[in-house]
Amino acid sequence: MSPAVTRALGLYAALVVLIIGVGVGMGIPYTTRMLVEAAAYALIALGLNIQWGYGGLFNFGIMGFLMVGGACVTFISYPINQKFWNSDGPMLLGRALIAAIIGFLLILAARNAHRIGIKGGWKTTLIVIAWAISYVVFRSQIDPATAYIEAQAGFVGGLGLPVVVGWAFGGLVVAGIAWVVGRICLGLRTDYLAIATIGISEIIRALIKNMQWLTRGTLTVSPIRWPVPLPEDYQAKGMDTFSALIYARGGYFLVAGAIVAAVMVLLIRAYGGPWGRMMRAIRDNYIAAGSMGKNVTARQLEVFVLGSILIGIGGGILVSFAQIFDPGSYQPINHTFLIWVMIIVGGAGNNWGALFGAVFIYVVWLLSEPLAQLLFGSISDWSSHVGWGAIPDIESRSLQMRVFVLGLVISIALRYAPRGLIPEVAQTSR
Amino acid sequence: MDQLIFFINKVLVAGTVLGSIYALGAIGVTLIFGILRFAHFAHGDMMTMGGFIAFVLAALCAAAGISGPVPTGFIVLPVAMALTAIIALGLDKAFYAPLRKRGAKPVTLLIASIGVTLMIQGLIRLFFGVSTRSFFETEPKKILRFDMSWLGGSRPITFTQPELLMVIVTIVICYALHLFLSRSRLGKAMRAMSDNADLAQVSGINTALVVRVTWIIAGALACCAGTMLALDVSLTPDLAFNIVLPIFAAAIVGGLGQAYGAIAGGFLIGFAETLAVFDWSVLLRPFQQWLPFEITGTISLVPTEYKLTVAFVILVIVLLARPTGIFKGAAT
Repeated sequence: MSPAVTRALGLYAALVVLIIGVGVGMGIPYTTRMLVEAAAYALIALGLNIQWGYGGLFNFGIMGFLMVGGACVTFISYPINQKFWNSDGPMLLGRALIAAIIGFLLILAARNAHRIGIKGGWKTTLIVIAWAISYVVFRSQIDPATAYIEAQAGFVGGLGLPVVVGWAFGGLVVAGIAWVVGRICLGLRTDYLAIATIGISEIIRALIKNMQWLTRGTLTVSPIRWPVPLPEDYQAKGMDTFSALIYARGGYFLVAGAIVAAVMVLLIRAYGGPWGRMMRAIRDNYIAAGSMGKNVTARQLEVFVLGSILIGIGGGILVSFAQIFDPGSYQPINHTFLIWVMIIVGGAGNNWGALFGAVFIYVVWLLSEPLAQLLFGSISDWSSHVGWGAIPDIESRSLQMRVFVLGLVISIALRYAPRGLIPEVAQTSR
Repeated sequence: MDQLIFFINKVLVAGTVLGSIYALGAIGVTLIFGILRFAHFAHGDMMTMGGFIAFVLAALCAAAGISGPVPTGFIVLPVAMALTAIIALGLDKAFYAPLRKRGAKPVTLLIASIGVTLMIQGLIRLFFGVSTRSFFETEPKKILRFDMSWLGGSRPITFTQPELLMVIVTIVICYALHLFLSRSRLGKAMRAMSDNADLAQVSGINTALVVRVTWIIAGALACCAGTMLALDVSLTPDLAFNIVLPIFAAAIVGGLGQAYGAIAGGFLIGFAETLAVFDWSVLLRPFQQWLPFEITGTISLVPTEYKLTVAFVILVIVLLARPTGIFKGAAT
């Protein structure tokens, strides 16, 4: 066994010990919940690992992608809202859709104006006018429709389909968004992709928070179904609360874990295969890769979209497990930068590293909540004991400390272990 | 006439103030990019930090009974700017310089700046909590009115004293920066290094000094912008995430690395945002008889809650049409 493998095995063994320790200390239900969420985060981290580790592409918009994944699974799996379907809502939305299609055709026509001899500045003017008209037409249809739906039916409700369909749909929608962002930004400097993804995720957050007719916004949607029986279902069969919780969460973990395992197998095969080699070649020297005849931009778009699919599915898994979709609970720190810490600490470019980083950092992140409160509580006790008085707002402040520690971890990792705990293995020759 | 005054009050004043804030922030981003070649994401938090430093100093002044003809926030601004500049230098020494020394790629520095963002934000929240604060809890905002009755207007043109001061401060700073970049030896060295770092070093420019000066300017301007933002609206710890997109959009629109471009970009984004959420119904109502539709409620290009999209859309258009920005900056 090479030292790298020994090291990885040792780290994984330590992780298992840590999880068992949590199980003993915090109880089995807490641990099963942690494991399910860690599996979802592992999927998300693997998605980012494809983008950043394989492709060298930034994605600071993970939060937005997770929100879209969550909104999609809500929309697909939530029970059908008869009030909406019996009202004029579908008809109004249909008209808005037609308006959008007309606008799209108008823009398409303007873009092809050079075929009838309109060129240069005139064509640009035409495109701008087409966009303006489309926007006005669309707004004139969608605004009354949304106001009507919000007043009459609350929101559009769901489709009542299985949860797994919702996860897949979320992955698909996120892939579409990633494709558009990638089309615009890939091929430019990497910083542009970073800022564009931050922008798109903030916009998605604003949209999902405010599109009450579609997502119910900050009013939140619940309960969202699980792909496996809920604890209540087990209880209905006469099981006691404790074991029902464990059975239900265990079932959910099996589903999520199976997805992670399948993705992991596929990724490791892809990484070792010609595709993975090509991707690493592009990441390390895109000029050389380009001169070897690889279509750099198209391949980068491919990894960006591929990674985003996993991120979208992960977002769906998280939301359906929590059973509530609350757009107000999404924060860039918890949902974007936490994933980055997982990848950086675990080891970018190495799937085992990403998996380790995701589970390890998530466990630490969860545990840091009681630990921070314990620490600050004792400091506060001490300061009031000395006579300085207790620290005000101790609860919220101690949680903010975690943000600082997260930043510190990034800085330290970049400086002293820039390749992560389980670094990518450079294959020179066999 | 009243409509015009309404327009001036709502768009011209607000747009100029917002544009000034964006411009000051974008100059810092663009200078750091030009000299150090990485997108400094912690700039938004440096602004917030500067705002909080000014806030603390203002509170100290108020406690000591110091007050002047202008709001305390402006009195303490120079001190706060100096403090933030020193902190910016310290941040560079502690987190960016070691990575540069190792020869890390600009990408690594970008990620490091995310780490710095989180640390600053964590510390701010730790010390100040998550509540919203205002500079004007103890002193009133003076409102200046210009009577327009001689032009037939029934309402005056109004803006607040801080708004006027902000614009003046921005103009002074921009002019000083212009003089520095175009006249002084150090400023010329900065521009030379921004154009070609290797060539600058070979021709005997002290690059370490240039880097230090860049951080001092960027930190001071970030503090100024953050304080102004806090004076204009309010001071919250999560100011940064909302501000970082418009500021980067302004820097990219102006051409990354171009200080003058950043000023233009800042005002462009500031006015675009203000115009986009402006309620046109008041202006259009006199022309109701010629319009094909009836004016009910508010008419704005973009609903207020989607104000953020404006900067993003402009950014996307610029990236598609002219990736180097208005003033040719770096692209690939």
